[in-house]
Amino acid sequence: MTPTRSHAWLSVAALVACLIVGCRRNQGNGPGGGASAPQGHVPGAPPTMHLIADVSAGEWRMPAGDFGNLRYSTLDTIKTTNVMNLHVITTFSTGIPHGHEGQPLVFGNTMYVVTPFPNNLVAVDLTKPGGAVKWIYEPHPDPRAVGIACCDVVNRGASYADGKIIYSLLDATIVAVDTETGREVWRTRIGDINRGETFTAAPVIVKDHVLVGNSGGELGVRGYVACLDVRSGKELWRAFNTGPDSDVKIGPGFHAFYPKDQGKDLGVTSWPSEQWKLGGSTVWGWISYDPETNLFFYGTGNPGVWNPDLRPGDNKWSSSIVARDADTGEARWIYQVTAHDSWDYDEIMENVLVDMDYGGRRRKLLIHPGRTGFVYVLDRETGELLSAETFEPTNWASGYDLKSGKPAEDPAKHTHFGTVTQGICPSSTGAKDVIPSAFSPRTALLYIPAHNTCMDYEGIEANYIAGTPYLGADVKMYPGPGGYQGELVAWDVARNRKAWGIKDARFPIYSGVLATGGDVVFYGTMDGWFKAVDARTGTELWQFHTASGIVGNPITYLGPDGKQYVAVYSGIGGWMGAVAFPEVSADDPYAALGVVGAMKDIKKYTAAGSTVYVFGL
Amino acid sequence: MSSASSGLVLACAVSAIVGASAPPLRVCADPNNMPFSNAHGEGFENKIAALVARDLHRPLAYFWLPQRRGFVRNSLDAGQCDVVVGVPASYGRLQTTDRYYRSSYVFVSRRDRHLRIDSFDAGGLRSLKIGIQISGDDYNNPPAAQALAARHLVHNVHGFTVYGDYSKPDPQREIVDAVADGRVDVAIVWGPLAGYYTRREPAPMDVTPIAAAADSPVLPFVFDIAMGVRRGDTALRDALNATIARRRVEIRQILHTYGVPLR
Repeated sequence: MTPTRSHAWLSVAALVACLIVGCRRNQGNGPGGGASAPQGHVPGAPPTMHLIADVSAGEWRMPAGDFGNLRYSTLDTIKTTNVMNLHVITTFSTGIPHGHEGQPLVFGNTMYVVTPFPNNLVAVDLTKPGGAVKWIYEPHPDPRAVGIACCDVVNRGASYADGKIIYSLLDATIVAVDTETGREVWRTRIGDINRGETFTAAPVIVKDHVLVGNSGGELGVRGYVACLDVRSGKELWRAFNTGPDSDVKIGPGFHAFYPKDQGKDLGVTSWPSEQWKLGGSTVWGWISYDPETNLFFYGTGNPGVWNPDLRPGDNKWSSSIVARDADTGEARWIYQVTAHDSWDYDEIMENVLVDMDYGGRRRKLLIHPGRTGFVYVLDRETGELLSAETFEPTNWASGYDLKSGKPAEDPAKHTHFGTVTQGICPSSTGAKDVIPSAFSPRTALLYIPAHNTCMDYEGIEANYIAGTPYLGADVKMYPGPGGYQGELVAWDVARNRKAWGIKDARFPIYSGVLATGGDVVFYGTMDGWFKAVDARTGTELWQFHTASGIVGNPITYLGPDGKQYVAVYSGIGGWMGAVAFPEVSADDPYAALGVVGAMKDIKKYTAAGSTVYVFGL
Repeated sequence: MSSASSGLVLACAVSAIVGASAPPLRVCADPNNMPFSNAHGEGFENKIAALVARDLHRPLAYFWLPQRRGFVRNSLDAGQCDVVVGVPASYGRLQTTDRYYRSSYVFVSRRDRHLRIDSFDAGGLRSLKIGIQISGDDYNNPPAAQALAARHLVHNVHGFTVYGDYSKPDPQREIVDAVADGRVDVAIVWGPLAGYYTRREPAPMDVTPIAAAADSPVLPFVFDIAMGVRRGDTALRDALNATIARRRVEIRQILHTYGVPLR
């Protein structure tokens, strides 16, 4: 509850130091924290490229660094010509050897790190060498949440606002911690672990609203986004993703683009009986926000329950992209990416927002690299699908009809209980998972951390849950065609095609990506390499082997000395990465929900870790 | 005769000595999952665990963890404990002993309704509200869910989570309560749950077993239940098999006490 170490004087000293050296950093309230990036444009970008919000330019105040989820920083000291000189400046351990997804924040002269469960918040003084800890806030979440979380006890990061660091605890609680003192300002329990809800997603703060979604689709919970008051933590509203229009906040202002997504109470009528009450469709990925239209965007998870034969209908609003008013939560439009999911293709992936030339005119785009293997490009004002093209081997559908917004599915790749379906691509882990892409306005390329795995959905095996025997499908995952498992894909958004890719023969890419004004793209691999590549050509420029596999997202910032640094977590874990843990048997291809088949070599290459790396020139 | 008696006495003496210093039998169990187990030792798996520990002359110790996804990984495979008292005998995630009971899924209804549902093809089923437990856990479902779906009986099906409300002492009881208070007409429940909770309802209840292959040969409703140990732990498996053989009558008595429908 209280910080174990609190040195408020340090920050005063830091502030004085900052004044003396003359900080280059903007200390204002802009989300990206950058004065050097005039809103709407970044140096070197085509004149028709318009950014809807400040991108990061010194600090890193929110999960993606910016509201548009670009994960792009204007910092350009580290560039293609000198990145080979990058070296470790400092490392420090969080002490929790579980999957380190997410990313640190940097605000002022402090780096803030949320650990996996028990979700401690560590404040590190950047004015001192050696990862000097200012304080550690220990929230002590309910330990029963550990048994409920599906896929390791990860956390996907925090947001800064109003003098507070705000983030989720696994036990369905949101906390706000004073940036200076490390003391808890408020703590709000918004979900119930007794009903299977956990929270792993990073909140995003829009004006006075903390927006955050729930996890736990595996346990038959009902997905929603909650809005909390940034000052008090009081819940202001909650918008569900299943159920009647009143719960989903669908009213007169709702205008879905396609007839398939229009109609009254589809969140009820597209389900049998009252199954929408256990209908999953959770929000465990990323939220983006467009200040110009005041809409926020997120994707929803797969529908519950697993067997699609049990839920005839479209199962709305599972596996959908949702646009809502940031003040009221009222839905503006929803586009369901896959109806009646039968592959576990959550669509909780990031939605990258940018205005650019597309199809001959400037469009307000939402770019969603999907778990399905397709990159979806939508008009974010209307929800119209402008393009859907595959970025990895995909055979569940041959393409999308832009007139109807529907995929052309291959019925032979549908899963049915008791039926063998072989060679479904991508596998349940998708052509990418929650791990986020980056977009560079300078290159107009989206850098996608991709997977190439397929799966066999085989027979029946007995399982047991809470003492009751159940029947499950044997799902076995394995590398897809082409002899590689992961790929950093540079996607040319305007041309709807891959510009280049860097293949990883051994493992899926499960690290987030960072793009910079120095035309360098950073990402990591599951066997622990942290890499820098040329944003234009994909040429590998530098790499460093960290202590554990990387499943976190790199960030960049200006230190108190005015120099550019790059930070990333090294700590394997998460759904696929958990195979590295000693207690998961690599001999059983069906373990860890089938991913062992694709990950069986991971133990040879890495082991659990808990290190924050900071690199500089 | 006399040599046998003296052998028995000797065995007891040895076991008493061993019992004082023997390592505990470490059981992985859910602290709140009646009628199987709870932290007060009130479930039938608790009673069986105590019986087994006595038989092996080892003290009993528990590692408590809710039985969710990752239960085996985080308990047995993590080395926190050595035996799970009740798992399907065909459960491939661990090494199983011989079965020590066989039960089935059952139909549960109020006796005063006179529904007489004994098959998924019963004529009245389509017009009834049917309760089932569902897990939502990826790829897993109770067999009844599959059987109903195959008959397109989905619009009158009401799902209850198998986990129930874990803040209450009987998380899995709600589906049986729902039959008693009329929220659903008939529930399809794993036998041990039905046997235990129907006895606690004020109204008399009918509990009707479902035939082994009520739906198809690949969709069983009858399960052999065994104990589970870590793969490769054949020594403990063999010891447990010997105990199961020796204590068959007492185990059966415990199951009867809890109303477990046996096949």
